[in-house]
Amino acid sequence: MFSHPDYYNLDELFTEEEKLVRQTVRDFVDNEILPIIEKSARDGVFPLHLVKKMADIGLFGITLPQEYGGAGMNSTCYGIAMQELERGDSGIRSFASVQSSLVMYPIYAFGSEEQRLKWLPRLASGQAIGCFGLTEPDAGSNPSSMTTNAKRVEGGFLLNGAKMWITNGTLADVAVVWGKLDGVVRGFLVEKGMAGFTAPEMKGKHSLRASVTSELVFQDVFIPEENMLPGVEGLKGPLSCLTQARYGISWGVVGAAMACYDSSLHYAKSRIAFDRPIAGFQLIQDKLVWMLNEITKAQLLCWRLGKIKDQNTLRPQHVSLAKRNNCEMALTIARMSREIHGANGILDEYPIMRHAANLESVKTYEGTHEMHTLIIGQDITGLSAFV
Amino acid sequence: MNILVCISQVPDTTTRVAVGTDGSSINPAGVKFILNPYDEFAIEEGLRLREKSGGTVTTVTVGPDTSKEVLRTALAMGSDTAVFVKDESRSDSFVVASSIADLAKEITPDVILFGRQSIDFDSFALPSMVGELLGWPNISMVSSLTIEGTQVSAERDIEGGKESVSATLPCVISAQKGLNDPRYPKLPDIMKAKSKPIADRVATVVEPRVVTLSMTLPVSKRLNNIMTDSDADIDQLVRLLHEEAKVI
Ligand SMILES: Cc1cc2nc3c(=O)[nH]c(=O)nc-3n(C[C@H](O)[C@H](O)[C@H](O)COP(=O)(O)OP(=O)(O)OC[C@H]3O[C@@H](n4cnc5c(N)ncnc54)[C@H](O)[C@@H]3O)c2cc1C
Repeated sequence: MFSHPDYYNLDELFTEEEKLVRQTVRDFVDNEILPIIEKSARDGVFPLHLVKKMADIGLFGITLPQEYGGAGMNSTCYGIAMQELERGDSGIRSFASVQSSLVMYPIYAFGSEEQRLKWLPRLASGQAIGCFGLTEPDAGSNPSSMTTNAKRVEGGFLLNGAKMWITNGTLADVAVVWGKLDGVVRGFLVEKGMAGFTAPEMKGKHSLRASVTSELVFQDVFIPEENMLPGVEGLKGPLSCLTQARYGISWGVVGAAMACYDSSLHYAKSRIAFDRPIAGFQLIQDKLVWMLNEITKAQLLCWRLGKIKDQNTLRPQHVSLAKRNNCEMALTIARMSREIHGANGILDEYPIMRHAANLESVKTYEGTHEMHTLIIGQDITGLSAFV
Repeated sequence: MNILVCISQVPDTTTRVAVGTDGSSINPAGVKFILNPYDEFAIEEGLRLREKSGGTVTTVTVGPDTSKEVLRTALAMGSDTAVFVKDESRSDSFVVASSIADLAKEITPDVILFGRQSIDFDSFALPSMVGELLGWPNISMVSSLTIEGTQVSAERDIEGGKESVSATLPCVISAQKGLNDPRYPKLPDIMKAKSKPIADRVATVVEPRVVTLSMTLPVSKRLNNIMTDSDADIDQLVRLLHEEAKVI
């Protein structure tokens, strides 16, 4: 039985409904995700049947208004739900992040009323799956160098180019694709089945194996006028989506870290070496204490981040700090946890190696660790170190 | 059909409990509380009865302020209203049963649902006491329930098998694990539950029938049974695993 470390009694800071969201998603993870996830990861398949189940409890569009199918909740509820999902698996959390923050959010924030009504209820109910195409084979950390582009034609646009590393790509009914129109970045809703659009799955991942990652290829894809997002121009479009998703990731990885810590603590107390539980050795205690220490700090960061997000005083740089810190600590905890579990740490009887491998991706996507360093560095010095 | 579901808050099974300074109660500091797991089956059954026959589901808990939280869970799962009976006394089951019976006399439900036991004090007493105080039939440990008109048919788990029973409404039912598959509260419904009413009600004042004298934590003692690889020891180990640990 999992119990989350709460060394500073942060539960006192959470409201009744925030705790209820946590309990609901925690039970969901225990009953629906943990029993199947090792097999999904081993087989390298996304457990598609979970989409409807996640939608049924309201995991997509948590912060969006109820009239569009959302739950109308605050950012803390969204964060806490991501934390619990990622305690299960980063790949499943990635699905929910993409659906909510990278697809529903831009349609809600930048879409026309027709686009909102067409897509949001379907995405919330899991009838439709979405993906977000920003990264390209030759444009990762620097999305402004993207080459995907749209040209005006009668009644709409012709889209050409390719995206890579796109979570949910092959599954998606709608892709929010960012490309340049007359040199300016715009968002397009590319629908499954549009002529010239293909989305082959990328194979051979050692990380996020229970998540679909794809290429998106556009060859003269005709995009009707009404499928362009009217409400935003320039890189701030995709970047504002990333701020939403990174916020959720900052919470999410704490869930993975907690899972590793919880498993390590139990394991260390029961594993005997040199005639005593290994938890009694100073070197093991040092690791366990470091883990708890980092988790406690990360919990506080998340809690505060949620508050300033809802107060509208949050800046993207604040999110960078939490994403950077929390991914790093979670990955380090997963690796330490692997050490504490000894040889057992590499077996899929324990969740450790899966979390450790997953977190390698999480540290890289949505802005690498280095990019967030440069974002915060520029913020505090006023000097850009990107080029 | 009007349905009353009685639920309680219990310490999380993973929590480490400590005895309070009075030596006869649990010290709630630092303890995480959850909805009593058996009560989830009672809530779910109440919701299903309402979905089938209409009516309302009212959920009640008797306890200190902190226990109000479980009512939110019930409201989020779909209960229509909730009643909070504040009782800080933490006394015996009879005191709690009296409060529930008095509420039932007022709101006259057709059926009262409980979990089979609360996993903290395990007295198993509440459903029968409430049934007795109201003069209603009481069916405990129900693993399957059908209500047609006023006719109640139920299956009960008994040692090694099942028993089929019948009764007429109004009656008291306590839910066994497996009665149903409780739903998760949906996130939008958690929001809606915020605006559903929780009525405060004063507890019935009666003298407890049973007084708790003291509580102690079990002392775990090592048995120091060390086995070797001799055939006799292996046989002994297999026997112990089979007969005592009951794992093989
Ligand atoms: C599993 C997975 C799922 C993904 N899902 C999506 C998705 O759904 N949608 C999407 O659009 N993208 C997605 N991505 C892509 C992800 O966002 C990119 O991989 C990420 O932005 C990094 O880009 P890159 O891989 O091209 O690395 P590069 O940009 O090539 O960087 C390589 C290395 O160089 C470093 N580096 C680069 N520039 C600098 C600099 N100026 N100074 C110092 N160091 C630098 C980087 O930090 C990194 O360590 C996903 C990636 C993965 C692995």
